[in-house]
Amino acid sequence: MRELLAQAWTVARKDLVLEFRTRTAVLSAVVFTALVLTVFNFGRDPTAVAATDLAPGILWVTFTFAAMLGLNRAFQLELENGALEGLLAAPLSRVSLYWGKLVANLVFVGVVEAVGLPLFVLFFDVPLGHALLPLVGVLALATLGIVTVGTLFSAMVIRTRFAELMLPVLLLPFLIPPLVLAVLATARLLAARPLSESLAYLKLLAAYDIVFLGVATMLFRYTVDE
Amino acid sequence: MNLVRKGRVITLLGLGLLAGVYVRALAFTPVERLQGPAQKIYYLHVPAAIWTEMAIVLVGLAGIFYLFLQDPRLDRFAEASAEVGTVFATIVLTTGPLWGKPIWGTWWTWDARLTSTLLLFFLYVGYLLLRSAITDPALRGRYAAVLGICGMCLVPFIHLSVYLFRTLHPQPIILKPGPPSLPASMLITWLCSVGAFTVLYVGLVTQRYGLSLQREAQGGIGG
Repeated sequence: MRELLAQAWTVARKDLVLEFRTRTAVLSAVVFTALVLTVFNFGRDPTAVAATDLAPGILWVTFTFAAMLGLNRAFQLELENGALEGLLAAPLSRVSLYWGKLVANLVFVGVVEAVGLPLFVLFFDVPLGHALLPLVGVLALATLGIVTVGTLFSAMVIRTRFAELMLPVLLLPFLIPPLVLAVLATARLLAARPLSESLAYLKLLAAYDIVFLGVATMLFRYTVDE
Repeated sequence: MNLVRKGRVITLLGLGLLAGVYVRALAFTPVERLQGPAQKIYYLHVPAAIWTEMAIVLVGLAGIFYLFLQDPRLDRFAEASAEVGTVFATIVLTTGPLWGKPIWGTWWTWDARLTSTLLLFFLYVGYLLLRSAITDPALRGRYAAVLGICGMCLVPFIHLSVYLFRTLHPQPIILKPGPPSLPASMLITWLCSVGAFTVLYVGLVTQRYGLSLQREAQGGIGG
């Protein structure tokens, strides 16, 4: 187990160092998030619909699209110079390769969300205050679910035609349950309802994460092996 | 007799049975008091919905066994089952609005059941698109199996999460805890219809399986 985690961290660190040195992808994703939030603002009639009514949906649709950008990139960058072959030939277990990629993607999406959330609060004038900590919990649970399935699928789509288009087509149906639950929980939290009302959603989110983390860990090797 | 022929015969038998079910449903089964004749679509809608979900579970199970056994027959079956499931999902999504218009006054609403069927439909379409985007048969089988297994695991979550929204859809009246709450004559008609759909599923899958075999024999990539 220690060995697995150490290997996973090596893979994750490689991706993160690569990301940190260039910063192009993460910056693009952050700018994209800001732009989507801006565009959404024009998609509603401010005199008819209160911002807080739409806010949870806007937040989650934005983050889902931003996550998709990061996920598309995760294995795409391994295609250059045949890096994927090197990675597969390295003495790494497939499980740690998946976990490493998962952690790198989580950090990537986490950074984008960390910038996106304050922007969201600013743009839509959401009363966050006391709900911040639970909201971060919802973000963490839902993001884990999204990235868990997304990392598995992004390893598959790079070997298909139209990879960039294939990922959202395959992934979006899988993101509906975490999205529905996250939106429901976020709406309760932003309306200053007690946390106990959202507890059922959070439990179901956690169940989703556990099931798909297990399934993806087991299935990942079938997506990369020759 | 080759498989395609055999499948065609079974499909025709299924269609014949379905016609028989409708003769019984229209002429010999009582009209529902509140919904009137619109309720007759129930005998088409619910069995198709049951087989839509059964088909995705079978795709997932075939996927699990395919990953272990690497047997191309399982992959062919999964593909056939997914295509038939897509057709059944289309039947559900067509008959639903036909019933919804007179009863609810709207063709479509973002009701839990409608949404979950729509998601299943998208899942099937994604599965078939993934298959069509890969040319190498071994890789296609493996990736399709992975997606099929994930899809099977997704079904309960789709159900649970969309059910948290309030639903307008009639509650289950047969597949629920406790005895079915409909008259015996309706129940028998419905059970006959489930039987007819089972025969249809078997027939269509057999045909599709046979087609895959023929295509492979001709060296096509369609699988």
